[in-house]
Formats: sequence, C-alpha cells, structure tokens
Amino acid sequence: MPQTATKAALRVRQLRKTYKDVVAVDDLDLEVRPGECFGLLGPNGAGKTTTIEICEGLTAADSGEVEVLGLHWPADAAALRQRLGIQLQETQLSEKLTVIETIQLFRSFFHQGPEPIEVIGLVQLEEKAKSRVGNLSGGQKQRLALACALVGDPDFLFLDEPTTGLDPQARRQLWELIEQFKLSGRTILLTTHYMDEAERLCERVAIMDHGKMIALGTPRELIASVCAEHLVEFSAGTRAHPLDLAAVSAIDGIREVQHENGSVRMQVTELHRAVPALLAELGRQSVPLTELRTHSATLEDVFVTLTGRHLRDE
Amino acid sequence: MNRNNHPLFQLTLVRFREFVREPEALFWVFIFPILLAAGLGIAFRNRPAEVLQIAAVTPQLAAPLRAEKLLDVRELSSAEAGQALRNGKVALVAEPGANGAVVYRFDDTNPEGRSARMLADRALQRAAGRQDPIAATDALMREPGSRYIDFLIPGLLGMNLMGSAIWGMGFAIVDARRKKLMKRLVATPMPRPYYLLSFALSRLLLLVLEVGVVLGFGAWVFQVPVRGSLVGLALLCVLSSMCFCALALLVASRARTTEAASGMMNVVMMPMWICSGVFFSAQRFPSLMQPLIKALPLTAVIDALRAMMLQGSGLAQLAPQVAVLSAWLVACFWLALKLFRWQ
Repeated sequence: MPQTATKAALRVRQLRKTYKDVVAVDDLDLEVRPGECFGLLGPNGAGKTTTIEICEGLTAADSGEVEVLGLHWPADAAALRQRLGIQLQETQLSEKLTVIETIQLFRSFFHQGPEPIEVIGLVQLEEKAKSRVGNLSGGQKQRLALACALVGDPDFLFLDEPTTGLDPQARRQLWELIEQFKLSGRTILLTTHYMDEAERLCERVAIMDHGKMIALGTPRELIASVCAEHLVEFSAGTRAHPLDLAAVSAIDGIREVQHENGSVRMQVTELHRAVPALLAELGRQSVPLTELRTHSATLEDVFVTLTGRHLRDE
Repeated sequence: MNRNNHPLFQLTLVRFREFVREPEALFWVFIFPILLAAGLGIAFRNRPAEVLQIAAVTPQLAAPLRAEKLLDVRELSSAEAGQALRNGKVALVAEPGANGAVVYRFDDTNPEGRSARMLADRALQRAAGRQDPIAATDALMREPGSRYIDFLIPGLLGMNLMGSAIWGMGFAIVDARRKKLMKRLVATPMPRPYYLLSFALSRLLLLVLEVGVVLGFGAWVFQVPVRGSLVGLALLCVLSSMCFCALALLVASRARTTEAASGMMNVVMMPMWICSGVFFSAQRFPSLMQPLIKALPLTAVIDALRAMMLQGSGLAQLAPQVAVLSAWLVACFWLALKLFRWQ
C-alpha cells in the first residue's frame, strides 16, 4: 500500500465482523486519503456494506480499529455525525413529504450547511421541490437521497451503491453530480458492483471478496498488474467435434485460458498475432467457430481473473 | 439557530404532515367514533316503557290481564301459546291451574319474561280483589347523565385515545424501521430523544382535536354533560394519551414488519376492548377478574372519564386511576427504551 505524508481521512485496521456463522469482514485494512474518491468493489455479499456501515458508526465491529477524520466511534459520534454525509442502500424516504420538506428536516439536524433550496439545486431537483417524494422516479429519489447526504456540507461522503437499480441515463446524471462534489476537494468512499462506475469515479479502488481485500490500486494499475492488455473470448466446437483446449493453450502468446459455460476466455498481449494463430488452430482441428469477441481489459476482467467469477453472478 | 429549523420542530411537523396526508387515519380518528356514537346512541335511545306481548289460554284469564296497559294479551290455544313462547313471540303464557289457581310459563333468564310475570300477576291479583297495603306513586327521571349514550361517550373517548396512540405511533415507528428511514435518521446528528419526543408532541396536538370532536358531538347531539372541571379533564386526557404512547413505544420497540406489529397491537388492545367497559360496565365480569380489569390502563381511563364527566369528580378523587396510569406510563417507557431497536 503506498504511504502518504498527509493524515488519512479514513483508516481501518484489522477490522473483523461476524454474523452468526458468516464472516462478513475478515481482517480488513484500508486507508482513504483526504480528497480522493475511493471505491470498494465486489459482488453482493463481499462485505462492502458491512464495512461502510462500520465506518459510518451504524454497526459495531467485533474487533479492529476505525478512525474517521482523525476521530473514533462511538466516543466522538456527535462531532463525527456533523461532518459526515451518508447515503444508505435502499432507504425509503417518507413518501408523503415533499422534496423541500424532506431536505428541511435533514438540514435541521446539522449546525451548518447550505440552504435547503441550494441543495435541491445541487442535485437538479428544483422543478420537483414541491412534489411528493412518492411521485419521484427512481433516479430522482436517488438524487434526493444524495441531497440528504449533502445538507450538512460534509467533509466525508459515504455512498453505498448509489446507482444500483437505475437506468443508464439516471446513472450518468448521478455520476456527474458526484464528480462535481469531488471537484470541491472532499473525500468520498463509495461501494459499487459496477466496474464502469468505479473506473469513471474512483482514484483508487479496493476489490473485496468474502470479506477480504484481494486487490488495491488505481483502476489502471489493477488492470496492468493482473491482466494482459487484451482479452479474447470465443465459443467453438460441437458435441460431435469438441474443441481440444490443450492445443489452444499451447499457442504462443496466449495466457490464462479459462473455460466457462462453453465459452473460452483468454488473455493475449498481441491481438494481431494471437487471433490468426487461434483461427489456424481451429481450422486444423476443423471445429466450427460460433462466437469470437476481443476487448481491452477492464476492472471486470481483473475481478474475473482474481476470483474466476463474474461480479454480477449469484 | 432559527426556531423553524429546530430539529424537534421539524420532526413534529413531519409527524403532523404525515398524519394529515393520510385520509384513512383521518377517518379512523375523527369520523369513525362519531359514526359509532351516533349509531349506538340511536339504537339505544331511551324509549317509553315497552308493551310486552303475552298469551292467555282462556278468556277468563285474558279479561283481567287486559286491564294492565303495559301488557298486550293474545288469546291462544294451549298448543299455539306454547309455540309462540318458544319462538319468542310472547314473553309469557298464563294457563289455568287446579282449583282456580294460575300457572305462568316463561323463561326466567329473559328480563322481559320476568317483567311480564310481575305485571300479569299484579293484574290478576288486583282483579281478584287484592289491596296493596302501601300506597305507591312513580316519579319518572329522564335527565342527561343516566342514559346509555352518557355511559357510552366516555367509553368511546377512552377507546379512541388508546387506538389513535397505539396505531398512530406504533405503525409509524415500525414503518420507519422497515423502510430503513429510522436507520437513515440515526446516521445524521439528530438527537435520538427528539425523534421519540416528536411522536408524543404531535399526539398531544392531535389530542385536542380528537377529544374535542367526540365530546363536542356528544354535547351537541345528545347533550352529554361534562360535570367535572375542563382543566382536570384535559390533564386526564394528556396523562391517558401519554400512557398509551408509552405502551405503543413498547409494542413497536422491536418489530421489523408492520404485520408483526399489527398482531402485537391487537393482542395488547383486544383484552381492553372487551374488559375495560367501553360498551358495557366492567362490573359484569366475575369478581375474581375485577382486580385484573381494574389494573388495565383503559379501565382506569374510562372509569376516570365517567366519574369526571357524569359525577363531576375531580382529579384528587381519582387517585387510584391516576396511579394506575402513571405506573403503566413509567414502566412501559422505561422498558421500551431498554428494548428499542434503532435499525
């Protein structure tokens, strides 16, 4: 883990949390630098939400140390709560209140922060200010939830799966809002299982699986460290003419061959050499090629390489 | 900080807005008790003493019985009379016995049968020449305060105080927990006692309307009296409502689903609906149960309300009921805070 001269905005040491017989968080170490957007990635059940809720002071850890903005739970709770902006997964705000009434309520809990109408402007809900929450779309509700996290002018923003369940346009809109908030130099910790979201928003990401951190770095570093530059996926062969996978794996410049659900996935460094060689080999085996895809590596590929599973599985 | 931005003010305002924007809640709290009082008030309105239907088997018996104005005498054969008695068409059958005697056939568990027996016997004995040794005259009293509606209005008021506190507060708390709204609020710097206090405050504000509607309706339509002091009555209503709020807090302290909460609320309220004397006097239950019934908060509320409204008692005379309510208030509140689940 790279060391920083400045004090960390969030420092987690040997964090552990068990629910009955499930270890949700297993000896986790984490450090978020001031002003960065840090992403916790991982499939459902990886321990992301438990980790973020312990950092928010909503869940007590079994053991380990958590320091947020140099303060600790529960001793400094009153001071900390004034400085944190929190968005939880699946909170349903009261449907009978209007947007402005909801913001006024949340604003009343904080000593300082912008006027309610300003916050509504920040999340672009001005036209909906007097609408009931029950009449908002999914994306608008999510922006209102973000506004509720922003009312106290927080130094540190926690976002737990902020765009889950939204349509692509609403997600893009929310990303733009989060990017604006980043420009004002405040720290963000967000969890997501969308790789594109992490690649776009986060300076650094940690990939979690089964309560442990299995990779940490900038999105570029992670892709470079685990993957070759290109990935090739193809399906070939029939029941009568099965593919001889060993011969394919033996081709020069092809690595990490994985066979999954009838499709083969592999890493190659030089696309222009590997693909003709692959096609020649299939021709030699005379098995039909039904599908062929190539793409540059993403965080999704990092995850699949590390765990052998896709993020959205299960 | 501006007074409008005080968290307690905002939280109470939210409670109020959520209540007012829920048409069903408005119906149950304001319209339903009025409909119930009106319906029961009409059904049990005081009527002139009723004429009882009886049957006589012979003309010799029928003639003297007809002298009694409160009896409507039909002359039937013995078989027909037995049939009519079984069907409840007549309350009593008079038959000739041996040696000029008379036999009354009636059901002694039926109050009409017992009344008919007395009226019929008086008519026959007088016709046969009996002289009453003591002269008696009737002075009739039909004034407000002794009618069924006077008994009913304090009962409905007590039931309404209980229902609106337990449903209104219990469901709102469990719903906020289910929707993770409570967890979201706990993640802000909101002082937690304010959250609970906002329910109590909004309840007190609504109380003025709830009590006013029921008492106003009773006074205006049925002239139900309020003989005790209005200040005492107001204090009693506040204490009662806070007691039921504490009970609601306890019922809602752990439930995560509205279904579970709804079941528990019914378990808590059902014995009181039945035993606490809303619609009929709690004295009708066996004396063995009386100490238990007297210890129920709704019994204490209704007994105190009746004493205050109908007999003009003051709070000082109602010390036992006030003690029962205070004990429930303190015990439930303390336990609820111990058990309360904020997430």
